[in-house]
Amino acid sequence: MAFLPVILWSDVLIWLLFVAAGVFGWLSLRNPLWRTAWQRVGRSRSGMASATVLLVFVLVGLLDSLHYRPRLENDAGHLASSDAVPGESAAGKPPAAYAVEVLSLLDAILTPLRTRNEKTYSEPLATRAYAKESIESRDAAGELQKTRDYPRLKHGGIHLGADEAGRDADIGQRLLRALALAILAWWALAAATAARLAHREACAHREAWRRIWSNESDFAWNAVLAAAGAVLLVALPLGMLAVHYHVFGTDKVGQDVLYQVLKSVRTALVIGLVTTLVTLPLSIFLGVLAGYFRGWVDDLIQYLYTTLSSIPGVLLIAAAVLMMQVLIDNHPQWFATAAERADLRLLALCFILGVTSWTGLCRLLRGETLKLRELEYIQAAQAFGVADLRIIGRHILPNLMHIVIIALVMDFSSLVLAEAVLSYVGIGVDPTMISFGTMINNARMELAREPMVWWSLAAAFVFMFALVLAANLLADAVRDAFDPRIAGSA
Amino acid sequence: MSDGATLNERLLLEVARLRIAFVSGRSLLPAVDGVDFQVAAGETLALLGESGCGKSATALGLLRLLPAAGRVAGGEVCFEGRDLLSLPEAEMRGVRGGGMAMIFQEPATSLNPVLTVGHQLGEVLARHLGLSGQPARERSLELLRAVGIADAERRLGEYPFQLSGGMKQRVMIAVALAGNPRLLIADEPTTALDVTIQAQILELLRQLQAERAMGMLLITHDLGVVAQMATRVAVMYAGQIVEEAPRAVFFSAARHPYTQKLFAALPDLARRGGRLETIPGQVPPLAEMPGGCRFASRCEYAWERCRRQAPEWRQVAVGHRLRCHLDALPDAGASAGVAAAVEVEEAAATPLLSVDALRVHFPIRRGILQRTVGHVRAVDGVSLELARGRTLALVGESGCGKTTVGKAILQLIAASAGSVRLLGQELGGLAGKARRPLRRRMQMIFQDPFASLNPRMSVGEIIGEGMGALRIDMQRQGRAAAIAAVLDQVGLEAAAAHRYPHEFSGGQRQRIAIARALAVQPDLVICDEPTSALDVSVQAQILNLLATLQADLGLAYLFITHNFAVVDHLAHEVAVMYLGRIVERGSVDEVLRSPQHPYTRALLSAVPSARLDAQPEFIRLPGETPSPANPPTGCHFHPRCRQATDACRERYPATSVLSATHSVRCHLYSQDAAR
Repeated sequence: MAFLPVILWSDVLIWLLFVAAGVFGWLSLRNPLWRTAWQRVGRSRSGMASATVLLVFVLVGLLDSLHYRPRLENDAGHLASSDAVPGESAAGKPPAAYAVEVLSLLDAILTPLRTRNEKTYSEPLATRAYAKESIESRDAAGELQKTRDYPRLKHGGIHLGADEAGRDADIGQRLLRALALAILAWWALAAATAARLAHREACAHREAWRRIWSNESDFAWNAVLAAAGAVLLVALPLGMLAVHYHVFGTDKVGQDVLYQVLKSVRTALVIGLVTTLVTLPLSIFLGVLAGYFRGWVDDLIQYLYTTLSSIPGVLLIAAAVLMMQVLIDNHPQWFATAAERADLRLLALCFILGVTSWTGLCRLLRGETLKLRELEYIQAAQAFGVADLRIIGRHILPNLMHIVIIALVMDFSSLVLAEAVLSYVGIGVDPTMISFGTMINNARMELAREPMVWWSLAAAFVFMFALVLAANLLADAVRDAFDPRIAGSA
Repeated sequence: MSDGATLNERLLLEVARLRIAFVSGRSLLPAVDGVDFQVAAGETLALLGESGCGKSATALGLLRLLPAAGRVAGGEVCFEGRDLLSLPEAEMRGVRGGGMAMIFQEPATSLNPVLTVGHQLGEVLARHLGLSGQPARERSLELLRAVGIADAERRLGEYPFQLSGGMKQRVMIAVALAGNPRLLIADEPTTALDVTIQAQILELLRQLQAERAMGMLLITHDLGVVAQMATRVAVMYAGQIVEEAPRAVFFSAARHPYTQKLFAALPDLARRGGRLETIPGQVPPLAEMPGGCRFASRCEYAWERCRRQAPEWRQVAVGHRLRCHLDALPDAGASAGVAAAVEVEEAAATPLLSVDALRVHFPIRRGILQRTVGHVRAVDGVSLELARGRTLALVGESGCGKTTVGKAILQLIAASAGSVRLLGQELGGLAGKARRPLRRRMQMIFQDPFASLNPRMSVGEIIGEGMGALRIDMQRQGRAAAIAAVLDQVGLEAAAAHRYPHEFSGGQRQRIAIARALAVQPDLVICDEPTSALDVSVQAQILNLLATLQADLGLAYLFITHNFAVVDHLAHEVAVMYLGRIVERGSVDEVLRSPQHPYTRALLSAVPSARLDAQPEFIRLPGETPSPANPPTGCHFHPRCRQATDACRERYPATSVLSATHSVRCHLYSQDAAR
């Protein structure tokens, strides 16, 4: 086998979440009430546009969640076989050896970006480095000459050869080509959508096309297509230029910033989604118990979350992260690779964030349960002698789900931002793990230096902004569709 | 009262061809379609109609206060010679409050809870009369006294939460009057209030109108209120006025089939025990208004022309006009089935339900340690008995504890003392499991059909829940067949089982709630105001259904209500509650025809009758129901009773038996008995 699959814990959780989302989607399609609510989301133009953008981010995150260790070359394999288990070798063939470095599918796709490292900082689309260096060269007479100049980059714009002045023309040409390609791709996509709609609604193509753009279809296809167009217009030029240039420049150790930004997406998604796996059970379970049973159960749970939410959040998180760090540092034998260590640290951070942030939703659910339990249909169920747990399961939980879904989507963006803040403070993810927070943390020094290095902060900012904005817009659309008060009036 | 003619006939408000529509997606749904009417100074025009017929939209349209989706699609509104629809917004603000003022249905939400009464009055005075400081204060006091609020100085500095419901509505009226309006629009001003308070407020409105010669547009669904208040009546149906007549003509010779049906659907003595007239079907939805007469699909006289051509206004007498193709109505009413009330033979067997000295006290906790500092005596020693196949009505005003009695019988609330026995078995001491076989013997139907069905469950699941929980095995037929059978019993199709509650109208939802209760085959059904959230015509359907079920299945009903017309129609026995105790009980004839307790008398006199002649003299009850946390010493009723004596202030009266079935707790009779 050319590679050894590596399954990290966070990969498992991400894919489980993916499957769970699929199952939930299938279930809610079967329930007519949920279906109409989701159809309302589908009609929201801003919601569908942001969902399209989010989908691209999720795709990047999912590609980055399939990890493996590549097989080493044959002669290197002989060297590495010394520490492999001898029993594995069969028929005298040397056992396969795999690299210590854990790569993901995204890494494989982005190999050129990942491997073409410069020496240090370079500006976006530059052909020369950002700082002057002493360069030794031989002149025509064969004399060794020392000059101080901006050195040529090893990879950025190397295809231009000596013709560095032709850079702008080259970039312009590539942009034009990317633009043409983007328009072509979008046109194909739009035509395919119209054809499908025409097939489904049994009308002419022209009519389907008109329905899409005059907003008469049951689904906001025009928003999806517009968002897809915008994504294509950004992604294709980036891709075309990234082959030969560092589109967002390079960082201190010469790594491509675009690569870093794309890798950060997964970290943000894990933080935003896996954390809710911790908060949801806690807040639903405790909130419903407190609201339904009241009395001492309510008192106990209320004291618990009041106390927890009175402790300054950052302090609590800092303490927990530091303890975990000590634990991890003391037990290096637990982890086969650095990636596994970083991954476990990420999950631990999710867990800690989850344990400290369930109180808000819990309070909300308790209040709603208090209101629901007085409703007449709950009393009717009690009059039938239905057991309490069954009442909670059949009557209370389904009527709380809209709050849970709204909270889930809304918390996502705040958790992504929280990660950035925590990493900035230095108590976030592992320093070797690329995330928006670590990028911003590094940028702190870069902004202070003269001349200023602005591009990695700018790139991190733009991508994070796009992700959080899309999540927030989707959250608004979901809330409008699921909140019974708002949905009723619209 | 014919002084409407002697008053100056100056027209205040003239509405012509007013059309109001609501934006829904891309289309406009017409809610009000070509309404025209006039209101003169000093007269009251009652706009009568069922919910959803466009009454409130009309009123809000006059003030240009329609919700965001509402549009005035056409027509003219002329107020004192000015066209309101073309007035700029700045001048319109002077008209609102200054020219015409509005009183809303719910006093609890129409006052701002964080401002004092004085502040809210002052705002209007400053805006419309330019008063501030001392003059404004004096004017506010005057207004509060005018609406009958005692101790006006103190009330001026109080917040709405410190006032009772009736008091809030009085303040609301004072606020409306502050700008000296010439026209008062009252949108269901008493619907949220108890009958005795309603009578007070209606009397106040009549008196204020006479003093100020105001015009009044009264929006209501209650024929009783119309009979008391109106000079002229306009009946609205599906966004149109279908009949308009002076009051006397309206109550004696209403011509439109819809109006006639409304009268026929009212439960009253004449049709006791028989079936009520119902209007089949429902008001057509806004999006699918029929082309011809809008009532045609529900009208028994409709013929082909009605469906084809919308009827035009027709003058049939002075001031009496209607929209109907029919020239003369076949004499209805005569056939109104007075199906002789089949008297159930007196119950001799052991009573199905017997409640003895039931008490439900809620502790009042205060302080950090949550010590109990007192009790709200919601139910304070209630005893009653109910036999199979009989209906006992529990009557009283809000807050008297009648719903708590129902819930305590069902063991939804733990009783503090006393016993509840069903089929001779004590319920109170049983643990959850042991109670289960008795649970299926009694069920409850709730007041609000919108809150009593879980919106996330299909109708089949809702009905099946009780069967599952009580493990009722369906011999042979299976759950689905049983659900279909019970749906059929309440007059719904079997296909309804797969639909969700929001797809049904209020009346249909109440049928589902009844089906849910019936599914476990109970002997006793506790009905907690099952019709008070429904329109008159739908109420009639539900009452008929309940009567049929009682006859077929021998159900016993404990009917909790404040509506005496319903009591009269359905009940065999009546118990009147006041502050957690039953003050009078007896058969329905004894209690309603010859009430003995002063409270019962006052209550009955306050009920507005839907006839012009039948209204007895209103016995005015001063004040409002005291708090059950701190009931008056002695007889609870003595502070409001005109016949109170020293004995009433000292001790609670014992039960005096007047006949085999009639008993009352009042000192007036215990003395008689002693002599």
